Amino acid sequence: MVRADFNRSLDQLQEDLLSLGDLVEQAIIKSMNALEERDLTASFEVVHDDDQINEKRFRLEEDSIDLIATQQPLATDLRSLIVVLHIAVELERMGDYAEGIGKISLMIGDEPLFKPIEELRHMSVHARDMLRRSLKALVDRDTAAARQVWDDDDRVDRLYDEVCRELFAGMAREPQTIERATHLLWVAHDLERMADRATNIAERVIFLVTGGQVDDIDESG
Amino acid sequence: MAAIGPTEFTQGMARRKWRGRAFHGLCLLAVVMALGMLAVLLIYLVLQGWARVNWEFLTSFPSRHPEQAGIHSALLGSIYLVIIAGFVAFVLGVGAAIYLEEYAGRHWINRVIQVNISNLAGVPSIVYGLLGLEIFVRSLGLGKSLLAGGFTLGLLVLPIIIIAAEEAIKAVPSSVREGAYGLGATRWQTIWHLVLPQAFPGILTGMILASSRAIGETAPLIVVGALAFVPFTPDSPFSRFSALPIQIFNWTARPQAGFHEAAAAGIIVLLVVLLAMNAAAVILRNKFQSPPEG
Amino acid sequence: MQPSEPILQTKNLNVYYGAKRVVTDVTLDFVRNRITAIIGPSGCGKSTLLRCFNRMNDLIPSATITGQVLFEGQDLYAPDVDPTEIRYQIGMVFQRPNPFPKTIFDNVAFGPRINGFRGDLPELVEMSLRRTALWEEVKDRLKTSALALSGGQQQRLCIARALAVEPKVILMDEPCSSLDPIATLAVEDLMRELSQDYSIVIVTHNMQQAARVSDQTAFLMASQERIGELIEFGESRQIFTNPQDERTEAYITGRFG
Repeated sequence: MVRADFNRSLDQLQEDLLSLGDLVEQAIIKSMNALEERDLTASFEVVHDDDQINEKRFRLEEDSIDLIATQQPLATDLRSLIVVLHIAVELERMGDYAEGIGKISLMIGDEPLFKPIEELRHMSVHARDMLRRSLKALVDRDTAAARQVWDDDDRVDRLYDEVCRELFAGMAREPQTIERATHLLWVAHDLERMADRATNIAERVIFLVTGGQVDDIDESG
Repeated sequence: MAAIGPTEFTQGMARRKWRGRAFHGLCLLAVVMALGMLAVLLIYLVLQGWARVNWEFLTSFPSRHPEQAGIHSALLGSIYLVIIAGFVAFVLGVGAAIYLEEYAGRHWINRVIQVNISNLAGVPSIVYGLLGLEIFVRSLGLGKSLLAGGFTLGLLVLPIIIIAAEEAIKAVPSSVREGAYGLGATRWQTIWHLVLPQAFPGILTGMILASSRAIGETAPLIVVGALAFVPFTPDSPFSRFSALPIQIFNWTARPQAGFHEAAAAGIIVLLVVLLAMNAAAVILRNKFQSPPEG
Repeated sequence: MQPSEPILQTKNLNVYYGAKRVVTDVTLDFVRNRITAIIGPSGCGKSTLLRCFNRMNDLIPSATITGQVLFEGQDLYAPDVDPTEIRYQIGMVFQRPNPFPKTIFDNVAFGPRINGFRGDLPELVEMSLRRTALWEEVKDRLKTSALALSGGQQQRLCIARALAVEPKVILMDEPCSSLDPIATLAVEDLMRELSQDYSIVIVTHNMQQAARVSDQTAFLMASQERIGELIEFGESRQIFTNPQDERTEAYITGRFG
């Protein structure tokens, strides 16, 4: 096989991307746990550790640009490098949302949560699941699995709508809780955006494999 | 795999160097011997004939008296012969070379022709003489004339010119031909405007070599009836004629020492003519050579 | 892509050297005023294919073809077609710059002269040299030997020489393979410029070059029996980002063989 060195570099890049995904997933878990358990130290750590995620993303970007400049990739090679660049950005943004949740938790401070956050926890589990599955689809170059992730976004959207309705209703009943409810609204928004980002990753996987968009993929997969 | 160290390679180095020097020496010896013999010949000739080389010698007709004998008619005969032979061989030879290189395909018959042209160059010259006697002197009725002699010599050197011209044409890069064809040039336009101008220096060299060969030939001229005693200037292509080598040959066969001196002087003149022709070849080739690339 | 009449077409073209088939069953349309690249590994028959378009293969006695090559709808291999007539309508630029050992002026004037040009020759020469951006560089030494030019200048001169006979198509057989990278880029710029007025077909083994300059790309590959065949043909943009055939993919990503 020719271009063994280039192949190794591409594999290494994907490895790095997956470990960035791991970091992001840990950040999501930690931010939600800290929020629920009101562990401000942990929330602070989430905010602080986002730098690592940013750092890793920039390294991925540099490595990709190096390979583009030195290897003149074409066809699948070119698409996979472009896709790495895109996914790194998506992951970094997801990390930012986890950081956002950490910041909200710090803002809430010593006050109790407005209400139990079961639906939010559901949303975060879905978002994490979508993240994991989109990255697995990347590794497997599996368009059907990617398409599935894309479809699953609807469920997170429905949950988000429910959470919003409930929180608005609460604010309407007890206007003095508006501030605390708004905090949770922000969290819900961050989680919804995370799921969107996961669908973006799934879209990039489909582009990588087919060179086309999601619509080109049969819904049945 | 056995380890190979530097010591394995240096073994026998002294012996190899010695052999190298010995071979060098042998080659040098060969050169010295070859040039030495030539030098002896030249010195002998000059000692014997130099006194006779003068204007009178060049402008006198042959004579029964060695001290009055000159090479006027023989020198003129040789010059005329070379002009006739050169013209005939140039036209036929270059034409044949163009045909063989540019028009004829890679057919086996053409390869047979090529091989035979090379063989013709090696046929003894006396055979050409017999051919010329039969065709030019007898069949075409040219008699024992300058024209018959010139044609015969032309045939003799024809293979040399064909081969030289073929080589020169072959040396024109095919990229030049492709470039011309690519612009819509016909075969003729390509040959005339590009191939021949570039091949010309090579063809010219071949011409001069062929002429040198022609001017030194004796045997075929004897066969087609060259005379050793021509007390007049050849005035038409149909004149009887002599030639330098014939004259020299004739003089060396005489018993009188005076004729031997005349022969040596004739040889010196012949050598000078040959040298002049070769020098002309070099000068013309350099003049016509295309400018260097770069 | 707007529908446009193809300037060159091959239909089921096979090329043989003697009894051996070297290119098989190529059917391709070349669009007017576009640059079409023919790429493929060595020995895939891409140069052979190119040389069918101006009947340059006729110079190889054993070369024969079956199928059709159409130039503006006219069969180039019809019995009444004279190859020399089509060669000035379909110009060619070769792998190595091959200026004639003549002056710069005479190089450009060669084609017009042999084709009986009766107009203003100096003007035609100047125009051709300007088209290849060579005029400013050589205008003061038109009477000096073309062989003294640099490689890149020589190749641009050869392009100017081809332009001087007003061809409709320019065939380029690896025109930059003996040039340095800067000269290569200059020739590529020139090709883009020329494609406004001419249809260009370029054979190249430099994939980056095909990707840079061409509108459309044909990928040829030799089979096990060493017969060149057309694997894929399409918009260059697509061929170089998302080829449809895995052999094309393997070749352009350098995983060939």
